Amino acid sequence: MRGANALLGACGLAAFLALGEAVPRLGLVDEEYFPPTSRIADALAGELSDDAFWTALGDTLTGWAIGLVIAVSAGIVAGVLISVTPYLREATASTIEFLRPIPSVALIPLAVLLYGTELRSVLLLVVYASFWQVLVQVMYGVQDVDPVAEETARSYGLGTWARVRHVLWPTALPYVMTGVRLAAAVALILAVTAELVIGAPGLGARIAVAQTSQAVPEMYALVVVTGLLGLLINVGARTVERRALAWHQSVRGEVAV
Amino acid sequence: MKGLERVLLRLLLVVALPALLVVAWWYASDGSTDIYWPPLRTILSTFPDVWTGERLREDVLPSVLRLSAGYACAAVAGVALGTVIGSYRGVRAVCEPVLEFLRAVPPPVLVPVIMLFAGIGDTMKVVVIASGCVWPILLNTVEGVRAVDSVMSETARSYGITGVARLRHLVLPAASPQIFAGLRQALSIGIILMVISEMFAASNGLGFTIVQFQRGFAIPDMWTGILLLGLLGFVLSVVFRFVERRALGWYHGARDASRRSS
Amino acid sequence: MLDVRGLKKVYEGSGRRVEAVRDLTFTVDAGELVCLVGPSGCGKTTLLKCVGGLLTPTAGEVLIGGRRVTGPPPDMAVVFQEYGRSLFPWMRVRENVELPLKQKKLTAARRRELVADALASVGLMDAAGAYPWQLSGGMQQRVAIARALAYEPRVLLMDEPFAAVDAQTRADLEDLVRGLWRQRGITILFVTHDIDEAVYLGERVLILSSSPTVVQEQLKVDLPADRDQLHTRVAPRFAELRTHVYEQIQAAKRGTPVADRLVKDLTDTPPPQ
Repeated sequence: MRGANALLGACGLAAFLALGEAVPRLGLVDEEYFPPTSRIADALAGELSDDAFWTALGDTLTGWAIGLVIAVSAGIVAGVLISVTPYLREATASTIEFLRPIPSVALIPLAVLLYGTELRSVLLLVVYASFWQVLVQVMYGVQDVDPVAEETARSYGLGTWARVRHVLWPTALPYVMTGVRLAAAVALILAVTAELVIGAPGLGARIAVAQTSQAVPEMYALVVVTGLLGLLINVGARTVERRALAWHQSVRGEVAV
Repeated sequence: MKGLERVLLRLLLVVALPALLVVAWWYASDGSTDIYWPPLRTILSTFPDVWTGERLREDVLPSVLRLSAGYACAAVAGVALGTVIGSYRGVRAVCEPVLEFLRAVPPPVLVPVIMLFAGIGDTMKVVVIASGCVWPILLNTVEGVRAVDSVMSETARSYGITGVARLRHLVLPAASPQIFAGLRQALSIGIILMVISEMFAASNGLGFTIVQFQRGFAIPDMWTGILLLGLLGFVLSVVFRFVERRALGWYHGARDASRRSS
Repeated sequence: MLDVRGLKKVYEGSGRRVEAVRDLTFTVDAGELVCLVGPSGCGKTTLLKCVGGLLTPTAGEVLIGGRRVTGPPPDMAVVFQEYGRSLFPWMRVRENVELPLKQKKLTAARRRELVADALASVGLMDAAGAYPWQLSGGMQQRVAIARALAYEPRVLLMDEPFAAVDAQTRADLEDLVRGLWRQRGITILFVTHDIDEAVYLGERVLILSSSPTVVQEQLKVDLPADRDQLHTRVAPRFAELRTHVYEQIQAAKRGTPVADRLVKDLTDTPPPQ
């Protein structure tokens, strides 16, 4: 069944690529705007043999990774602190509800003024956007802690830190993983956006250059690269998440038996 | 008396921190001479001058209209396509890798691509917003439609509820919690794309105006723009939550009921 | 009214081939209440789905009123065990009962009449405006029964309908079904794994063997038509009948205990269609 699905999927992908080749060749759309698949593939090959491309890819990944690490650590620490400190959760709820939906792109002009095209511009946007994803999931996770388990731990005289370590963290972990997965995707979007709009070095800036210099196939090739990067991040994050969840459930299963 | 106290306490908890933060900002920035961090007093007093009258009509309104148009197109297309793809296992298997790829493309890189086709007018912005928002809606719809409960499905079949009626009374309502999850994700992507598409190429709109302020070093004006965008994001999310609560009242009710009993 | 002839159902998937139902033949007369009872995992649900037109049998046929069943027949209603998943949570009780009637293209006035009548006969007139999840399990199953009644079926299939409710509610619901059956003269095929319930409710009890399933025995229940929880269940004849059924099922279980478990895996999770 799985093999058949993979085959169908491959057929779909092939059809998609063939369509991308045929539509401009048949003159249904202007080739200048929509180069056929083969020309995009040529441009992609050209990019792959260009050192500047690899530098740009490295820049994008650096911004993504540093931003993600900061956001995840800050999100986890803040989430746990807010959840375990009495009244802090209630006191911060309205503030979080207000700050979270603020679009991170609103910070673009500020980032430009403060940091110009430096990495810090990218980080500002990436961290702001992905921090909330992690924070909110951590808080959901802590909320999910079984009160009985919590009371049991309390009655055995476990201190705050021990309770966080042995009760709260294991329960919250699956939620944290979900938060990390969401944050990873959002971080890539914002990293590329910052490069594209602000001009910080990276794939986004390279797309902007390709656009202004009318290098249409190269632009498409770079868009494909960002898509593949996103795909890789999604698949990777999902695999990590599934592992963590499987571990989690198996442990719970053993406890239940 | 006890109840009143509790209400007051809750009110205090809701407003205390925001008030504290605003006050802290107010005093920390008061008398600030750093041109990037103007006093909050200045920002707030600039706000009405900047965002009333003409700007409201010529910048804010077009932005919001473009966002609504793009979002609405994405919602219709996403739900329609998602229902088709989710209903047929074969279609799903064929489309899945392509959809996974298209979803993974960071939506802002669509701006330069779509500019090639649609120029720099309103059409471009609406298309950009729609093509960025459509993926979370579509993929969530696929998941929702796929996961329709087998017993409900058999019930419908045994009572002869098929075709359009099945779609209307079973499939779409059953998938609606997932569809709303997709719509919510799409909303934040839509706002991002609204701003970005205007920063790239526009002659009006929120994103355009804010960048103009920044380039012209009209810093307090720029700050008001940031505040306004924040406010817009907040208001839209409140509206969304309100609509969601109404449309999915049954879902939240049923979930609470099953939580209480377990 | 209901004819099952040589019914056979084999599930095939992922290299395994499991014969859930081997060869079933029985009839249910018009206006009869027949209970099907068998060891757990004996393919009761498979059988019911074949009769309801939800599964296509591998061999044999099902006839209702002389017509062969190829899909869900319009004059048949099914009450499932999982009431929580069978009622639509986004519809109020009234709408849930009314939906199949809309599909039958009845006029609004007629629909209202049928809905009111069905809800009244299960004692849920007041709950018409509630959502199913606001009701208790027993009440939800009443709604499902009302929906079936409003549909005006000639044949009513009930798939372990009371397996998930508590004992008291269960007794009430059993009396409700028996009462409705006597009032309305519907043909009912009632599947259960509870021997007492089968004997208490049925005019006839069909005892199924372990999987691969055949009819082990058909037993006429010669209890008086007026039954009640208090007296019927302590009547000597009741005890004899239930002992007999119990022994038959024990014998059936001893038959092929290994195959039993194998099939349970498959029938509990409905096979992909």
